[in-house]
Formats: sequence, C-alpha cells, structure tokens
Amino acid sequence: MSAHDDLNIDRIANLARLALTPEEKVKFSAQLADVLTNIEKLKQVDVTGVEPTAHAFPIYNVWADDVATPGLSVEAALRNAPEKRDNMIVVPKVVE
Amino acid sequence: MPPLHFSTIAELSDALAAGKTTSVDLTRAVIARTQAVEERVKAFNSYDTADALAQAAASDARRAAGLSLGPLDGIPVGIKDVIAVTGQPLTASSKMLANFVSPYDATVTEKLRKAGAVIWGRLNLDEFAMGSSTENSAFHTTRNPYDLERVPGGSSGGSAAALAAGEAIATLGSDTGGSIRQPAALCNVVGLKPTYGLVSRYGLIAFASSLDQIGPFTRSVEDAAITLQAIAGHDERDSTSVRIEIPDYRAALRTKKGPWRIGIPREYFGEGLDPEVAAAVEKAVSFYEKMGCEIKNVSLPHTEYGVGVYYIIATAECSSNLSRYDGVRYGHRSADAKDIVDLYFKSRAEGFGPEVKRRIILGTYVLSSGYYDAYYLRAQKVRTLIRQDFLNAYDEVDAILTPTSPTPAFKRGAKADPLAMYLCDVYTIGVNLAGLPGISVPCGFSSGGLPIGMQLIGQPFKEADLLAIAHAYDSAHDWSRRTPNL
Amino acid sequence: MKYEAVIGLEVHVQIKTRSKMFTRVAAGYGHPANTLTDPVVLALPGVLPVMNKAALDAIIKAGLLLGCDIAPVCKWDRKNYFYPDSPKNYQISQYDQPICLNGSVEIELPGRARNIQGEHKKIALTRIHLEEDVGKLNHEAFDSLVDYNRAGTPLMEIVSEPVIKSAEEAYAYLTSLRATMIYGGISDCDMEKGQLRCDANISIRPVGETRLGTKVELKNLNSISFVRDGIAHEIKRQIAVVESGGVIVQETRDYDGMTGTSQSLRSKEMAHDYRYFPDPDLMPVKVDEAWKARIHAECPELPFAKQTRFQGDYSLPYTLTSVLVWDQALADYFEEAAKLAGPGKAQAVGNWIVNDLQRELGAANLDLADARVRPAHIAELVKLIDAGTLLSNAAKEVFVEMAATGEPPAAIVAKRGLAAAPTDTAELEQWCRDAIAANAKSVAEFQAGKESAINGLKGPIMKASKGKANPKLVDETLRRLLAGA
Repeated sequence: MSAHDDLNIDRIANLARLALTPEEKVKFSAQLADVLTNIEKLKQVDVTGVEPTAHAFPIYNVWADDVATPGLSVEAALRNAPEKRDNMIVVPKVVE
Repeated sequence: MPPLHFSTIAELSDALAAGKTTSVDLTRAVIARTQAVEERVKAFNSYDTADALAQAAASDARRAAGLSLGPLDGIPVGIKDVIAVTGQPLTASSKMLANFVSPYDATVTEKLRKAGAVIWGRLNLDEFAMGSSTENSAFHTTRNPYDLERVPGGSSGGSAAALAAGEAIATLGSDTGGSIRQPAALCNVVGLKPTYGLVSRYGLIAFASSLDQIGPFTRSVEDAAITLQAIAGHDERDSTSVRIEIPDYRAALRTKKGPWRIGIPREYFGEGLDPEVAAAVEKAVSFYEKMGCEIKNVSLPHTEYGVGVYYIIATAECSSNLSRYDGVRYGHRSADAKDIVDLYFKSRAEGFGPEVKRRIILGTYVLSSGYYDAYYLRAQKVRTLIRQDFLNAYDEVDAILTPTSPTPAFKRGAKADPLAMYLCDVYTIGVNLAGLPGISVPCGFSSGGLPIGMQLIGQPFKEADLLAIAHAYDSAHDWSRRTPNL
Repeated sequence: MKYEAVIGLEVHVQIKTRSKMFTRVAAGYGHPANTLTDPVVLALPGVLPVMNKAALDAIIKAGLLLGCDIAPVCKWDRKNYFYPDSPKNYQISQYDQPICLNGSVEIELPGRARNIQGEHKKIALTRIHLEEDVGKLNHEAFDSLVDYNRAGTPLMEIVSEPVIKSAEEAYAYLTSLRATMIYGGISDCDMEKGQLRCDANISIRPVGETRLGTKVELKNLNSISFVRDGIAHEIKRQIAVVESGGVIVQETRDYDGMTGTSQSLRSKEMAHDYRYFPDPDLMPVKVDEAWKARIHAECPELPFAKQTRFQGDYSLPYTLTSVLVWDQALADYFEEAAKLAGPGKAQAVGNWIVNDLQRELGAANLDLADARVRPAHIAELVKLIDAGTLLSNAAKEVFVEMAATGEPPAAIVAKRGLAAAPTDTAELEQWCRDAIAANAKSVAEFQAGKESAINGLKGPIMKASKGKANPKLVDETLRRLLAGA
C-alpha cells in the first residue's frame, strides 16, 4: 500500500475549506494519485543527516525597528470589501 | 531601426535621448500595435491607455527639463497581473480577484516608476501563476504569436506573448518553477529569473514563497541587464531580500569577456527532449566552444527528483498562501452562503479554477497531520541535495547550459493531464529549488517555425557574469530580434 | 473520596509596541474600527511580513525575568486555520522552536491571616512563544462585523506546566505574572482591554492517582478574579459529575463571571489539524549572549525580590511590603520618600503612603503619577512629627490639605498654626510621675521586660494634657523616670 491510498479527499477539502463537486472529487483523487505516485520516488533518496532547506540563502535576524508609520484610510482598507457596515466587514453571524 | 514597438530598450533610450522620438509617440505606437493585434494574441487582462499616456507625457516633461531618469525613462513596461500597481486591477487571472483593485504598489512597480518607466497593462497568466500554458487563466487563453493555435507557455504567458507581439517594450513576469524562462523560450524572447532574494517579492501575489522571484522579459540580454538594474536590490519590506551590492549589469556585458567554463549536465539531455530543441542547444554549445570556452560535462544527480520536490513544496506553500482568498475582506464572495464556514467553502469553490483547487488539495494533504515528515520535510531535505548538486558543479564551471523547455510550444489543449503539464518544467524547476539565477535566450527555430530557447544557469547573485555569458551569444545571433508574422 | 485538581494555564499577553508584530502600522486600543490597518494587516494579495525588533526584545526580557532558557535559534511557523478574525487564515506563530523554554513564575499563597506572609512556590513554565493577535468580531443580531485594528498586535503565549493545584494558586500565578510583565514594561496587562487573556485546562483526579484526568478547557476568563472563580467552579462541577457517577467529557467551556456559571461551547466538528510548517516569508532569529546581556541589563528588580529587600533594608512589616511592592511606581515612591526622610523613619513613611496617600488618591480618583503629594512632602511630614513639631491629629489634617493643594507640610503647619505648643517640661514630668504612681501594674510589667506596658502609662498622660503632650517627650520622660525608679 502506498501512502496516498488513504487520501481522504473529504477530510482534505474540509481543511482547505473548498467545496468540491462529486465529479471533482473523483477526478482530483485520481489525478492526485498520479502525482503522488511520481512523488513516491523521493523515498528512494537517502536523506540521512541532510538538513532541510527552508530558505535557499538563510540569513538571520531580518527585522525592522519599532516605528509606527501611517497605514490605510478606512476607505482604502474597505475599498474591495464584498460587504461592509459601520466601517467594518460584514460576515454571516459567527457562532463561537 | 525596427518599428518603435519592436525596438529594444537600448535602441529606444538612445532615440529618446537624441530627441528622435518621444515617450508619448512610443507609447502611442505600443497602444496602436496592441489595439491591432490584441484580439488575436489576448495577452492582456486590462490596460489603461490614458494612464499610460499621462506617464509618458510626464516622462517627456522630465526629459525636456533635463531630468531624465535613465535608460528606462519613458519606456512602456507591461506587468504580469500578479504584481501590484496602485489603482489598477490585480486579478492573478482568477475569478476570485476579478474585481480587486490594488491600493498599493509592489516594490518592483515603485522601482520601475523611479526609473521613469511607463507602467503599462496587466498581463494574463495561468491562474495564480499555476500552470505552464496560460490555459489556466480564468479569463482567456493567451496565444503564441508565432502560432496562434499554440500556447505561449506559462505561467507568465501574457508577459512573453505581449512582448513577442510588440505590445510592450519589456514586461515583468514571475518565476516559481520556470514561469518566466519557459514562456520566454516558447515566444522567442529573453527571460531572466534572478537569484532568489535579489528582487523584492513585496507586492507579488505569492504562489510558493520560497521559490517565487520576479524577473524581466526583454528583446535582448542587454535589455534584461537594463531592466534588472532597475528592479534589483534590498527591500526592507521583504525579509527574504538580500543585502548585497548591486553591480552595473549593463557595463558588465562589456567588461566581462570570458572565456568561461560552461557545464553541460547530461541529466538534461535525456528522454523526452525534442531532437530539434537538442540540436539547437548543441549548436549554442558549439558557439561557446568556438569562442574559446571550456565545455565540461557536469552531473546533477538529483535532477529526477526535482519535479516531485517542487510539487510538494510549491503546493504546500500555495495551500497556505491562498487561504487568504476567502471572500471576507475582498475578492469573490458567494451569494448564497448560509453561514461563515459555508461562505468559505462556496466562495473558494466558485472563485478558484480546477488547477488551483488541485494544488490546494495536494498542498493541504502533504502538510496534514501524519504526512508532514514523509512529504514536506523529506522534500526540503532532497531540496538541499539538489542545491548541493549545483554548488558542486560550480566548483568546476561558471555556468550551466541546458534546454529551457523539452519541446517548442505545444497546441492548446494538448496537455489535459496535470502530470504531463508538470513535466514541462523539468529543466527549469531545479533552478528555483536551488535559488539560482537562470536566463532563457532564443537560440533557433524548429522546422515548423516555432521558437527554441536555451537556458543558462548562473551562480548565486552572479547575474553580472550570467548576463555577460548570455550576451556573448545573443549579441552574436539575431534570433531574439526576429518577430512573428501576425 | 478526596480529589485534587490539576491545572495548566495558557496566558496570552499583548506586547506594548508602537507598531505591529509583522508590519509597521501603529498598534493600539480604542481606535475607531479599521483605522489601524495596512495591506499587511488586511492580508491583501502580495504582502509580506517583517519582524518587529522591539517585540523580540520584549519576549527575551520576559523570558529572562521568568528564568527561561532563551533559544539560541528560533523560527516562525504558520498555523493554518480559517476564522474571520484571522486575515491570512493562518497565524504566524512558533511551533517546535519557541524562543523561551522552561522557567517559572514565583507565587505567594495566601498566609494564615492577612498580615502574615504566605508560603512561596514556583510554578514551572513549559514555554513562551511569540505570535500575532487576531482581529475582533462584533456580534450583531443577524451578522458579525470584523474590525482588524487588533490584528497583528504582538502577542506572547505563556504556557505553564500542569502543576497548579487550586484556584488560589492560579490567582496568585496570574497576579505575579502580570506584575512581572508590568515591571518589565512588556505589557500593561489590562484585562479589560484584552492585553492579558487566560485559558485554563482543568482536570481532577483522586488524591494519590498519578495519571491525569480528562481535561476541560475553560475560556473567556476575563478578569483575574473570574479566573479564580471560574476554576473553583469548574473543579466543583467536575467533582460533582464524578461523584454522581458521571464521566468528564473533554470539551471547552465558557465561564460567565457575572452569573458564576459555565456552559459547554459547541464542540468543533473536527479535531484541529493546523498543518504547521516553517513560514518561508520570514528568516530565523538568532539570539547571542551579547543580546541577552543587553536585555538583562534592562531587567528590573521583581516584586518578591523587592519585598525581601524592603523587609531587610527598611525593616518594613509584611502588611506594608505586601502593598508597596506590587505597584512599581508606588514602591519607587516609597523608596524616594524613605531616603529623604532618613534612617529609622521608613515604617512611618510606609504607613503614610499605604494608608493616607492611597486613601486620598482613591477618593480623588487620581493615579500616583498625578498625586499632588510628592515623596519629599511625606518625608518632611514624617520629620516634623518625629521632631515633635507636629502631633498626630494635626498631622492628619496637614496631610488632607497637602493632598488637596500640594503645598509642603511645613508651609501648611505655619499657615494654619498647627505646630505643637512647646510643652512645659516641669508640668509634663509631673503628669508622668502621676501616671507612674497611679499604674503600679503597668510599671511592674514594664520593668519585668514587657515593652508594650509603657503604653498603659501614656493614655492617662495624654488625657491629662488634653492630647497636647508631645508623644516623643512623654516617651523619653517616662523611660528616664522608670529607669531611675
């Protein structure tokens, strides 16, 4: 059994917050299985003692001084908002 | 000199300086050309002629006042529609951002403005830069100007096609796994992916943050040097941008004369390589040999794992980067969501196309609980080995020469299978994984009249040397100056 | 059966910086909605984070103050989850390499009585890491409104080991932790403003059992008293469930401090899978010895250390130190006044501050910084009393006026003629002799070594003098006469 046999498309789509149609689920599952089979090749590589590369050229301590600079006006901030009221973004009622 | 819209930056900046033309005339010529061919090429998502002409007029006024800003002043530069320009649409060729207008400039946009460039047009791409053919655009498929039935490559297909068709004098693209170099090869233009960290990513819509890099498309290597000069350099808004001294790239084309040691990796000349592409690239190798360069065989033994590593790292990063497109603060919001979770599910389902969904699903999977070590962590380790392969090769050579794409432009719809499409990037992906600079330079045409490009891969932050090596070939050939019959 | 509680606290503390954690727009509280945003805060397409150096300094300081090990290298990870208050739908946090590990919070448990110092204990910490705060949801009748002003504020998460045994310990833990943060200038820790927030993981087990019971997470504990009350309530609830034959369910409960009740929050439909991975947009942080040394030099003396020092250097009783040391400004005020007053007068200075000054400030609703009475005034007042120039009743009057006007005490005494009349020594000596003659029992006790018995003689003298006798002279005279007797 290869690792991707248990690709649970519903669980993954739920984590990704993506609604998939039944057709998409079937199609994506098959296509991803192909891709994962190709990826399986990586298991052949001996990575003992190899450090992972998170950055091609790691540098440390890249920061800025704590100086406050002007941001966006409320108008600019909400310019692209699908729905707004009282200078805030409206979303369906969130039940905690 | 060719018509204004097919001239190089170098030619036009001389003409502007000599008063032989103006930026307004040049911009009008580019607009006229665009209006003439765009219906066939479909390279743009949008363009704003009034805004471009206003910038051109400002450039002419600067020049008249003796305040010209350099070789890019007054030159129309098209921008891939993933790079932010204040007040202009920023869509990533996605339904998700179809109505998004950027309230800010990317750092490269700011830098181009400082160099006087006329910011021109928003260029089509594969949705969120995911693809190798521009067929994944939610809006329309861009055509290859050399054969309208064929793709221009991707993801920066609009940037390559617009330039090849004379709809801009230079363009910017972004390259995550070959998205500048591959379309450049397929459209007969020069495409440069700089070293990771040389050009700021601030304002570039992220696909895979550890691989993405902005770079220019131009009509010559010299123009690539001019454009890179304007956009390179440290940016305090991008923590991954590197603090290094930026040399004079254009001057380096004349001062650095070789001969160089050029490496040929056998892994890049195997199965799947089109014989005409192989022949054209072999000819380029002979050119370097004749000019006195030492040609050496090098080995990049982990090449075959590149595509797998890439599709783990890139999809993992994209699954997280694209979470922000949720229909809450901006972007597409589903009209019939019954609660907040439903709003996420439906807005994203409606806003993203199939390739984006596929990559989000794959990326979410490889990061999910229980799989992280087997996929993501392992991929990061193999990435280290791939990078080490290149660095080992650079002990012996100054640059590596390969084909850019295994084949010339393919027909629209020819690669319906995602995996087949992913394999288009087999020669370009390693450069992104290793963070290296790579340039695609036109080196011939197939018997069917389709452009062929070769890739030169340089050492980290040694763009000056890479450009000089590429320029030696480009300036001795006229491939890059040929134009399509449209 | 006897049960014991096992409690772990997760405390979020906002760091007081000018700008946000990963972008330079201003951070702040109480601004109009969505006026503290920029493209990064709103997670617009194309933006990138850049670390705030001051937030790193602050967390290193917090770590040093709490005795943590500061990691030589730490990195940033993305915690992926969708929620409308989280603009990127991932939070930049630290997963497997937090900046601070181990360390502890010293607490004082309640003493046998209010004036008796309680037992001290150290509550071990697991870790402290740095992350970014989320925005704020305002729930309306039919929808919710999102304000991103708070989003991106630097936030520390301080995680204790599950070693807290009671609601009182939790209360003491938060009191001490908050004081430490305020002392360090790291945060104002105003819980009403959300600058300090606490979640508690609570389980119970039979005494003697070593395995942990099923834990319940208690949320929305928005004052330190509510933390204590909520935990006490939850422990009782769990014991009642178990004793009635029930089983504790792993869940999150919401405690309502106003009604003193809790209710289960709808459990999430699926277990969390945050898909942590290193954030490729940020570079790692390396903390060297020089950096730590520089921050160490900025670290203040903490309350318990100050308390020990005040008890030693100034001979202050616990009743005074337990008030003075928890407020750094008050402690500094005290030290300044005590130094100006000179040796031997610290306790009197402390009494004036803890009793009279605090009372006057409370009545006028003023902060210490705004007090008209300055440390020099207190010192002068104490000196006047000590010199016999000012008697205690008059001194109280002087203090009230001083608090109202800010005039120096000597000026008030002069203006209002409050100086004690110079006492006729012969008359005073007669009063003392009379008192000794009339109180043989007190005399005997004093001479037997009971120091306080001398006070039994002073009452009649004060009565005879109608309160005008200078207490210092009375004391001296009595002692002289008793010694000679």
